Amino acid sequence: MQEYLDTRGRIFDIQKYSIHDGPGIRTIVFLKGCAFRCRWCCNPESQSFKIEHMMFGGKDKVVGKDVTVREVIEDVLKDMPYYVRSGGGMTLSGGESLLQPEFATALLRAAHEYGINTAIETTGFAPFETIEKYLENLDYVLMDIKHMNEEKHKEFCGQSNKLVLENAKKIKDWGANLTIRVPVIPGFNNTKEEISDIAVFAKSLGVKHLHLLPYHRMGEDKYAGLGRDYMLKGIKPMTNEYMQGLYEAAYKIFGDGCQIGG
Amino acid sequence: MAEFQTPDILMSPRIKKLIDNLFEKMPEIESDRAVLLTESYMQTEGQPIVRRRALAFKHILENIPITIRDNELIVGSATKAPRGCQVFPEYSYEWLEAELDTISTRIADPFYISEENKQILRKIYPYWKGKTTSELASSYMAPETLKAIEHNIFTPGNYFYNGIGHFTVNYGKILKIGYKGLIEEAQAELNSCNVYDPDYPKKSEFLNAVIISANAAITYARRYAQLALEMGKKEKDTKRREELFIIAQNCAKVPENPAETFMEACQTFWFIQMLLQVESSGHSISPGRFDQYMYPYYKADIEKGTITREFAQELIDCIWVKLNDLNKARDAASAEGFAGYSLFQNLCAGGQTKEGRDATNELSYMCIQASMHTQLPAPSFSVRIWNGTPNEFMLRCAELTRTGVGLPAYYNDEVIIPALMSRGIKLEEAREYNIIGCVEPQVPAKTDGWHDAAFFNMCRPLELVFSNGYDKGELISIQTGKIEDMKTFDEFFEAYKKQMKYNIQLLVNADNAIDYAHRERCPLPFQSSMIEDCIKRGKTIQEGGAVYNFTGPQGFGIANMTDALIAVKKLVFEEKLLTLSEYKKALDENFGHGMTAKEATKATQKVVADLVSKGKNVSEAQIEDIFKMFIDGIATEEEKAKYNKLLDKIHSLPKYGNDIPEIDYFARDVGNIYTKELEKYRNPRGGIFQAGLYPVSANVPLGEQTGATPDGRLANTPVADGVGPCSGSDVCGPTSAANSVAKLDHEIASNGTLYNQKFHPSALSGLTGLSDFAAYIRAFFDQKGMHMQFNVVSRETLLDAQKHPENYKNLVVRVAGYSALFTTLSKSLQDDIINRTEQAFNR
Ligand code: SF4
Repeated sequence: MQEYLDTRGRIFDIQKYSIHDGPGIRTIVFLKGCAFRCRWCCNPESQSFKIEHMMFGGKDKVVGKDVTVREVIEDVLKDMPYYVRSGGGMTLSGGESLLQPEFATALLRAAHEYGINTAIETTGFAPFETIEKYLENLDYVLMDIKHMNEEKHKEFCGQSNKLVLENAKKIKDWGANLTIRVPVIPGFNNTKEEISDIAVFAKSLGVKHLHLLPYHRMGEDKYAGLGRDYMLKGIKPMTNEYMQGLYEAAYKIFGDGCQIGG
Repeated sequence: MAEFQTPDILMSPRIKKLIDNLFEKMPEIESDRAVLLTESYMQTEGQPIVRRRALAFKHILENIPITIRDNELIVGSATKAPRGCQVFPEYSYEWLEAELDTISTRIADPFYISEENKQILRKIYPYWKGKTTSELASSYMAPETLKAIEHNIFTPGNYFYNGIGHFTVNYGKILKIGYKGLIEEAQAELNSCNVYDPDYPKKSEFLNAVIISANAAITYARRYAQLALEMGKKEKDTKRREELFIIAQNCAKVPENPAETFMEACQTFWFIQMLLQVESSGHSISPGRFDQYMYPYYKADIEKGTITREFAQELIDCIWVKLNDLNKARDAASAEGFAGYSLFQNLCAGGQTKEGRDATNELSYMCIQASMHTQLPAPSFSVRIWNGTPNEFMLRCAELTRTGVGLPAYYNDEVIIPALMSRGIKLEEAREYNIIGCVEPQVPAKTDGWHDAAFFNMCRPLELVFSNGYDKGELISIQTGKIEDMKTFDEFFEAYKKQMKYNIQLLVNADNAIDYAHRERCPLPFQSSMIEDCIKRGKTIQEGGAVYNFTGPQGFGIANMTDALIAVKKLVFEEKLLTLSEYKKALDENFGHGMTAKEATKATQKVVADLVSKGKNVSEAQIEDIFKMFIDGIATEEEKAKYNKLLDKIHSLPKYGNDIPEIDYFARDVGNIYTKELEKYRNPRGGIFQAGLYPVSANVPLGEQTGATPDGRLANTPVADGVGPCSGSDVCGPTSAANSVAKLDHEIASNGTLYNQKFHPSALSGLTGLSDFAAYIRAFFDQKGMHMQFNVVSRETLLDAQKHPENYKNLVVRVAGYSALFTTLSKSLQDDIINRTEQAFNR
């Protein structure tokens, strides 16, 4: 029997038909729990590992569900024809899937055994030995680098960036197909200097892709739904022209492979 | 895009001018055809009907005013005014007589009509009393059928009021041999008959009618040649003068003779297409595989170096514009069901050859380009997709989709070909299928498909289960027992099947009655001359002259009925939350809700009129109070709270459209209740009934005539669109919704199924966006989906267009099996389109 399929984990959503998180048409599995507390986080309900209640569209919604790998993979398999036709597959996201290694690695293994390609969206905030176990069954790693300055990183994300930067290098050296993604947040990292710093780092890693993801306000209502304050209240998304300026700064350093959006 | 092998061709400035001219004014009704028809009929009383039809056609074509519009290269207009329409009193006239003074101000598809033309029509109408197809059809229908129609169980309105249409003639043959060749063929057939043959009287009459009609078409083209020559002589602009002389040459040669150049082929095509719509008022006269039968002429000219790609494209664009020049006025109720001045002239590209090879050619791409250029609702542009369809073709189609014009519609060869074969069609012929009207596949030039034979509202029989056969206090159906006595879900479900079956039988009766009426009163020799095997058999298509004969009425409401039956099963028989009687009460009381604004307005008007007639004074404030009462309903707060709880419960149940196998396979069974029953019946032309599953846009007006349903749908609101999930109930995104739809039995619904999807434009951005979109369609088709079409326009745009229609005169959206100008649609239909779940790719 394939016992690993009975491994349990905690997720809060499975989203079909995502075309911006790895190649092709993908299904994203959102795992619950994160070590960071980014102020702009658009999935605040993902941060705590606990099962929570959130008011959503005037209705009480339970966030978080314990499931087995088997249950998840059965659902993921339903969109197989779309993966085959588009080169898509399954993406693990969160929260931070590195916090549930047993479940997440079993899920990645199951996907590979069914012939589904895999991707992960991650902060890279975990011991590298843990990450290594993921890499065995991962085709694409989409890793966030939010800031090069440790203090600012701590202030806005709740953790130091030291481990993150170290792991980025190790993941690349391991031979993974790594893409660096930068959530561009007004008041945090949206100056040309800050973006350029990240571009220099990404370039030094030798990765092929650098994606700048412009801040959006999608998560704002969820904070209210959870009874929490939204710390970025009043911040407006950047204009396209402004983003273009940042992109040009990054492009100067990074060159081809740099783009706005995922 | 550089990576394409088929580079873009720029649009000629001529096309913009043609379009502007076309849309300058409101469409207009003209009376010339009706007058000429009546004159001819008066002179031919007592003669065989097929001869009378041919002589009338001839009289019309010899005398109807002709016009060449500014900048046209391809000529032939059915009316003087652009986008005008003629009148067809031989089918029905009462509705237009009643609407003469209101048709220019009605909401759906208004038409201007001059006082003079009103006078003329009023004068000729008395002649037609008792002579129309619709009158004969009613007299052929069984009383119980008339009752079912009166109570909106189904509506055969389209063929009841109009010609049948819904066919594709043999364009390729006329291109090749001209009408001269066709006349020779008919003559040869005539010569081979013996006067003593049993069918000689009828057959010879028909063949003579064919010859008269074909000659009339030639005469008509010659009139254009003469006109172009006269205009050319007077023309000051040397370039236009030259063009008019070329037009004159073309019209003097074709369609009488075989076409030899691409331009002649275009002119021939247009005369055929346009004249078919002068002969009868049927819509969905579909050009079919234009890229196939026109290709030899294009190829020859290109090889000879006598045409440039640019000029060929300009000619195709001209045809695209011309297809929008044809128009049709329908009665107010039908206009809502087919809103948007649509004629459903479906034109197909891509697919397979009869040998089973890929058929995509350069013209297929140029068809896409033409729709890209013109951005108009016509032609209803369809593409055939199979496993061997080139990726480039898919991406080009996706690019067109991205413009938001609602075109093309995508069809799956891998389902449609076997579906047609299951109806007795040979493989090679099935591979040559094209689409008629909205979504209906058929073998071109060989089929009389009656593809739009009625709308059957699958929700109404469920209402009849709850009422035990009664509607509005009257017994109109069989009695399937009191619901209080139904002890199991199976009993309840059986009752629904019985109500379905009984009403399907009435539907068959209605269609067959109409079939006979058309055969006896409006046989069509011109159309028949271009459909096999009419000439050989010596029969009009109406008498069964076509090789393949079908009647295809479509059922709709599959999503509502699935969710409704599941709700009854779970809440009444499994959870025992309420009894069937309590459910019935909830439905009768519309779940504690008031009426829709439209219904409330009607009800208020009635009450006010009543009060006024009793001599009472009604103040504005009182009117408002009455209206508010209807809108809010009469339920107490307590009752409302109870009903809202019930509705919440219903909404929390699993729903069709979310890729839940148990539900989706049940939906398949529900669909089969309609499709499998229907295929047991036969029509008078020797063919069978075959089901379609789609409502065109009738889900809105017919939903208005439907009470609340157990799926939580409120009374008088739209029924679900096509085979798609109920509005807003597909919450798992576009792949899950498509997976659900793919689980229906599309092959048995061989008259077509229709699946509308709405996407945000951002989903198709960049080459990756296009590729993912193409992959999405392919994967749906891998799972045996049959048809898919898209509205790619943002919700914000549509809301703004509702507010400022003046800024969006040209905004085209996909309505059902066709595209229409958004601002010409009724408010409720606009709302329905806005509410169709917008399938975003990322949150
Ligand atoms: S790492 Fe991602 S999930 Fe975690 S808090 Fe930051 S934005 Fe949210």
